[in-house]
Amino acid sequence: MSAAVLLSGISLTATANPSTAEVNTTGLAVTDNTVKVGILHSITGTMAISEEGSVQAEILAIEQINAMGGVLGRQIEYVQEDGASDWPTFADRANKLLRQDKVAAVFGCWTSASRKAVLPIFERNNGMLYYPTFYEGLEQSPNVIYTGQEATQQILAGLDWVSEDKGAKTFYLIGSDYIWPRTSNKIARTHIEQHLGGQVVGEDYFPLGHTSFNSVINRIRLRKPDVIFASVVGGSNVAFYRQLKAAGLDMTKEDFTLLTISVTEDEILGIGGDNIEGAYASMKYFQSLPNENNQAFVEAFKARWGADAVIGDVTQAAYLGPWLWKAAVEKAGSFDVDRVREASPGIELTTAPEGYVRIHENHHLWSKTRIGHAQRDGQFKVVYETEELMEPDPFPAGYQ
Amino acid sequence: MFSDFSAAELTAIFAMQGFAGLILFAVFVLMALGLAIIFGQMGVINMAHGEFMILGAYVTYMTSNLFANHFPELFGSYFLFAIVLAFFAAALLGVIVEWGLIRFLYHRPLDTLLATWGLSLILQQAYRSIFGAREVGVVIPDWLMGSYQLTDMIEVPINGLFVMALAVLATVTVAVLMYRSRWGKQVRAVVQNRDMAGAVGINTARVDRLTFALGCGIAGVAGSAFTMIGSTGPSSGQLYIVDTFLVVVFGGAGSLFGTVASAFSISQSQSIMEFFMGGSMAKVLTLLVVVIILMFRPQGLFSLKVRR
Repeated sequence: MSAAVLLSGISLTATANPSTAEVNTTGLAVTDNTVKVGILHSITGTMAISEEGSVQAEILAIEQINAMGGVLGRQIEYVQEDGASDWPTFADRANKLLRQDKVAAVFGCWTSASRKAVLPIFERNNGMLYYPTFYEGLEQSPNVIYTGQEATQQILAGLDWVSEDKGAKTFYLIGSDYIWPRTSNKIARTHIEQHLGGQVVGEDYFPLGHTSFNSVINRIRLRKPDVIFASVVGGSNVAFYRQLKAAGLDMTKEDFTLLTISVTEDEILGIGGDNIEGAYASMKYFQSLPNENNQAFVEAFKARWGADAVIGDVTQAAYLGPWLWKAAVEKAGSFDVDRVREASPGIELTTAPEGYVRIHENHHLWSKTRIGHAQRDGQFKVVYETEELMEPDPFPAGYQ
Repeated sequence: MFSDFSAAELTAIFAMQGFAGLILFAVFVLMALGLAIIFGQMGVINMAHGEFMILGAYVTYMTSNLFANHFPELFGSYFLFAIVLAFFAAALLGVIVEWGLIRFLYHRPLDTLLATWGLSLILQQAYRSIFGAREVGVVIPDWLMGSYQLTDMIEVPINGLFVMALAVLATVTVAVLMYRSRWGKQVRAVVQNRDMAGAVGINTARVDRLTFALGCGIAGVAGSAFTMIGSTGPSSGQLYIVDTFLVVVFGGAGSLFGTVASAFSISQSQSIMEFFMGGSMAKVLTLLVVVIILMFRPQGLFSLKVRR
């Protein structure tokens, strides 16, 4: 039903706009013609590199929705704030957006640290946050819709595939040293040891920004694992893949399989397609997905932000935010956060670039997990996808 | 922790880790050399050192694009041009900065910290405006890829060897300049007693400017070399600045030999520990040891004897 609402956005504008008093009983920034939302990402500091794509996707979605007639007949205006890669700044800006600007929803945050910093503010002021990044799980808030995958969705299907398709038995886990890789590897280890009958032959963490991976490469040479399971983040990736290739561990020869959960098309810009060719990534979205929704999305994105723009998993998840919010508002017939929240579970998007998504009771999305094979041109070729949508499970029993 | 490995494996491990340590050593030397010259010789704490390095990296990126688009047949050799261009670009920026900012602050060393920190923020934003916020990658010519097989178990990455050669070249050049040239003698005189050096006819302003330019130029070379290892983004320079200061302070600011010795000891211990304990633990232990040694020897491993 909600998909029908979404697709018929144009016909909706023909109906008379419901009165503002009716759709906004809580003093949000809604007028007869406009509704204000917030975009809260880092556009300066170290995270700007990653969050730039999310900002672009959110602005694109808002512009497209406005061109279709807006939400409940109201044009969306956005207030953009800069979190500056600094978690207290994120909290401060969130406060400003909710209390001063009275925005109806906020699209934003990228790192778990920034999300944790704004969480109490959204709960205290009863705001609504659409959070786009794949993350470690272990969280659920009535005030957040998580549009990226949580850890089990991303990891379990990926490991199942590598175990079945490549017959992998031994695994080497390597990650950057903070909560997301450590939690992810914990889930991976449990799954490998208890469900796949495999063995973890090494587990290593490096500080953020580390650029010297010769030691771990030497260990990998000695242990000869079937699979390197990588969750190295940010600029470290460049060093990691370059040194891997320079050391003669060639992923195109299939002596071993490298499965990453942290490299998207965005990171490949820095790594270079020739350095990561042959690696596999477990994500829900790749820019190369051949479906019609995605072709339209990629075209629109490039038309808006330049032909050189690339779209990674998180960018697509950020794009879903405004659309999911619009669908929920229209289902609720109100901008009130309580009513939008009640309307959210079960909302589905048949127009999502990743194909189709649906909001679960636990505020995460049902989604497919796909395995992409990195190509020399910096794109992924999808070699496998789960048949069914995977149920989000932020608190996986037996994996903690 | 040794029991997991056979004797042959252990030999190979130590050999390979020793080599990995040497590569890290070369990286440290390249990073720290420019900073040591500026900090040690001029007393200027250059917080923008990382940004000078990144300038070298961006110059390399632009050179590689230029060659790929206009001289594809010469692409294999673009790196050599890039290094030279990176040196001169960073040195030129260094001259401008010294002239416009640093020369007013020679008697206020703590203010140089603040001023160059501000400069680093400005440069970061300038890179972001010019090159965009995303990281860019440089295509490495084929002859720098792959590794050189020493024995069955021991392999040495070629780009590591190249960085090592570059570090040796830079160190030797600086040492010769500092201890064998007329200019080096003037620099050392200015360091020991600025007023007296001026009184005997040394143009201290010119010496300062050239020293600062040389330090920045070496940072540019380091940035150029890093494109083979790391990524280039507007704030990548920040990643290296802590390690760089660590090396310089531990070695004893002002001593070229101290910088090299400190880079060697930090890189070797880091590399060996990394193999047995993992990356994060090794880093913590290295820092801890450095802090403890500095508690007993605050002037660093080696320091100039200056009459005060």
